[in-house]
Amino acid sequence: MFELLREMLNYPFMARALVAGGLIALCASLLGVSLVLKRYSMIGDGLSHVSFGALAVATALNAAPLQVSIPVVVAAAFLMLRLSENSRIKGDALIALISTGSLAVGIMALSLTRGMNVDVYNFLFGSILAMGRGDVLVSVVLSAVVLVLYALFYSKIFAVTFDECFARATGIKVGAYNLLIALLTAVTVVLGMRLMGALLISSMIIFPALTSMRVFKSYKSVVLSSAALSVICFFVGIVISYAWATPVGASIVVVNILAFLVFFAAGHIKYR
Amino acid sequence: MALITCRDLTLSYDGNVVISQLSFQVNSGDYLCIVGENGSGKSTLLKAILSLKSPDRGEIRFHEGLKQEEIGYLPQQTEAQKDFPANVWEVVLSGCLNSKRLCPCYSKEDRARARANMEKLEIADLARACFRELSGGQQRRVLLARALCAAKRLLLLDEPFAGLDPVITHDLHGIVKELNDEGSTIIMVSHDLSGAIAHASHILHLQKGPLFFGTVSDYLQSSPGMRFLGEA
Repeated sequence: MFELLREMLNYPFMARALVAGGLIALCASLLGVSLVLKRYSMIGDGLSHVSFGALAVATALNAAPLQVSIPVVVAAAFLMLRLSENSRIKGDALIALISTGSLAVGIMALSLTRGMNVDVYNFLFGSILAMGRGDVLVSVVLSAVVLVLYALFYSKIFAVTFDECFARATGIKVGAYNLLIALLTAVTVVLGMRLMGALLISSMIIFPALTSMRVFKSYKSVVLSSAALSVICFFVGIVISYAWATPVGASIVVVNILAFLVFFAAGHIKYR
Repeated sequence: MALITCRDLTLSYDGNVVISQLSFQVNSGDYLCIVGENGSGKSTLLKAILSLKSPDRGEIRFHEGLKQEEIGYLPQQTEAQKDFPANVWEVVLSGCLNSKRLCPCYSKEDRARARANMEKLEIADLARACFRELSGGQQRRVLLARALCAAKRLLLLDEPFAGLDPVITHDLHGIVKELNDEGSTIIMVSHDLSGAIAHASHILHLQKGPLFFGTVSDYLQSSPGMRFLGEA
């Protein structure tokens, strides 16, 4: 086992993926608790598709991938939040429209310039090789920003998630905090997408929160458990992907599924 | 002294006007009960006072420097809360947030305040219990404790007794009355007219527009009051 780990860390790309990916997993799980409880899970999924489109267009134009996709996805996050707040429009249908639309635009952009090649596969399902040296730096800095902002506004995010109406009634700027959550989610999705893949990144947001909620009953314990679970599943997934040469994103999701089943069973036994 | 004045207020709900040309005022220390049939705009009026809803016409004004951060609010139960992982302590403490501007954590005073309010409502022993697993009466007490943490001067209650048994209703009436005696201004929406008559100082009776506004003793003499009581 230790032999395997040492061997893994000898590859610089592996070490980079472990550091950046671990931090992204942490951010995703923290935000996931709020997104799941606010019934915003679809937004995370929609954003990953928008992120695919933006990244594909950036690649086609030979532009810097992160610098193009982060602003685009942040804008999409604001838009989706508006849509889901406005109950008169069918928000979920429009989110599906935006996400499949950007998927299609991305694929068109790639196929017209570079042909349907390994790029498309990597964007959709993720790649361990995606993290360059510069990307790791950006990921670490942005993840740190997400974590600090989350910690600073932890109790307000709780209040806004638990009871938006009460929070607004007593003078908390609910709109601003919803925007903050959307913004942090957008950044996390873009950062994690290339490692996990556009189709799989939202599982990193949703699984740890849902898994923890099977067993834990207070907000703080759910947040802490999601964070720990997410990082552990990430590392186990990467080791599996290395040992059996499986795609990294899918391996991590499979580990998350197993964790969910274990917690589900544990919850049943505990609260029978 | 007037704490809140409403002038020529017109409110609509889903495009239908439910309240038109309503004027009344609430003084510091008042205990106002808003009664009326379903759909008469009671909750909508409460939301307008909380600035959750903007009036079509007219205005609601706060006086004596009353700020939104000094209002406590007990909402009707919402759907999302029913499967939310949160314990009682977390919920009550979140009521203290409105007095914080930028500080990220709770102070010692906040914790003491939360603890005192939980003791007042006899839920101190439930602090670690999961909110969603409590009975309806216990949940109402928890949310009331949260509202008390937020309420520096004014407490708004939206049907606090809906779905509760008579014993708990009686207890909660006592608690609200006690708060009023201690100096909090109370505005309550209620179906329970007899309770309102027994405890409140003022009544606002809505029926697609204001039907009656004045003191309880005047209300008992008025025709809507007599009719409503006769029906109830």
